[in-house]
Amino acid sequence: MSLREPRVRPVLTTSITLGVAVGVFAIVFGVGAVSAGGSVAQACAMSLLIFTGASQLSAVAVIAGGGSFGSAVGGALILAARNSVFGLTMSRRLSGRLPTRLLAAQITIDESTAMATAQTDPELQRVAFWATGISIYVFWNLGTLVGALAGSAIDPKKFGLDAAIPCAFVAILFPHLRTRRGRQAMALGAALCLATIPFLPIGVPVLISALAILVAVPVPDDDVPDSDTRVTGELPA
Amino acid sequence: MTWTLVLTLAAGAYAFKVFGLVVIGDRPLPAALERCLALIPAAVIAAIVAKDTLSIGQHLQIDARLAGVTVAIVAAWRKMPVIVVIVVGAATTGIVRQLAG
Repeated sequence: MSLREPRVRPVLTTSITLGVAVGVFAIVFGVGAVSAGGSVAQACAMSLLIFTGASQLSAVAVIAGGGSFGSAVGGALILAARNSVFGLTMSRRLSGRLPTRLLAAQITIDESTAMATAQTDPELQRVAFWATGISIYVFWNLGTLVGALAGSAIDPKKFGLDAAIPCAFVAILFPHLRTRRGRQAMALGAALCLATIPFLPIGVPVLISALAILVAVPVPDDDVPDSDTRVTGELPA
Repeated sequence: MTWTLVLTLAAGAYAFKVFGLVVIGDRPLPAALERCLALIPAAVIAAIVAKDTLSIGQHLQIDARLAGVTVAIVAAWRKMPVIVVIVVGAATTGIVRQLAG
């Protein structure tokens, strides 16, 4: 498929738009990473190597709050686990041999999977996956560098930037409100976390909140989302 | 923040991505497990929002952040672009903090 084909153009436009939006999140991450005591190099290495926004933000939040190494890793990896599910989704749609798949794995995130599954044509699905993944990788890393360089120069609390991360998460949570199970998992996860904060070490309550996924064990009934809105989640989370 | 943390997370995050895309591949998982895994973002991210808004360390605390996150929720509900949600949420927090402090 040629990238000049008319039906490819909207896919490429959307992938670049998503990349720019994610780049703004990356600035927030870069600021957060250096205010949590990281160096500019560490902030950039996280985005280049981990490349999973929610995990990176959560690790930085735990460290900034004085949490331990174990709780930072545990919380971040619990969030990274869903990329396995996206990988399962994409493995049925991507062609290519092992080296290609190993490369594709690094950009298997919310947005690339969402953009791919939003297409019906198999070839267009692959174009959407690679275009979105590469666009977000570029802008996520550029934004991180900008944020990390700026972060050491400003006091984040003065501008309310300590609230920027929960506000960013609010935005990507909204698509999950569309299913009953999503709403139950959110309410239970938040309640479990708040109820255990006074009694457990920092970072552990977030791990406990993952128990809320057990609401999905019973056989589903009429739990159908209104529409596929995963594309609106604008963080490589 | 240490390099050990950065590299541990890098290895762990990549392992999860490869596990789904390369190791499991086309093999089906139990349906109940797939349903549960799909809810991880909803459960865990909601918990992080609650923690970052209503606590400091091991103490529950209500302050300017609650005002900011509430405004962010309204903005997201009104389908504002994500960047607007972040900016109004952070700005509200900053302003309320100035007024209260």
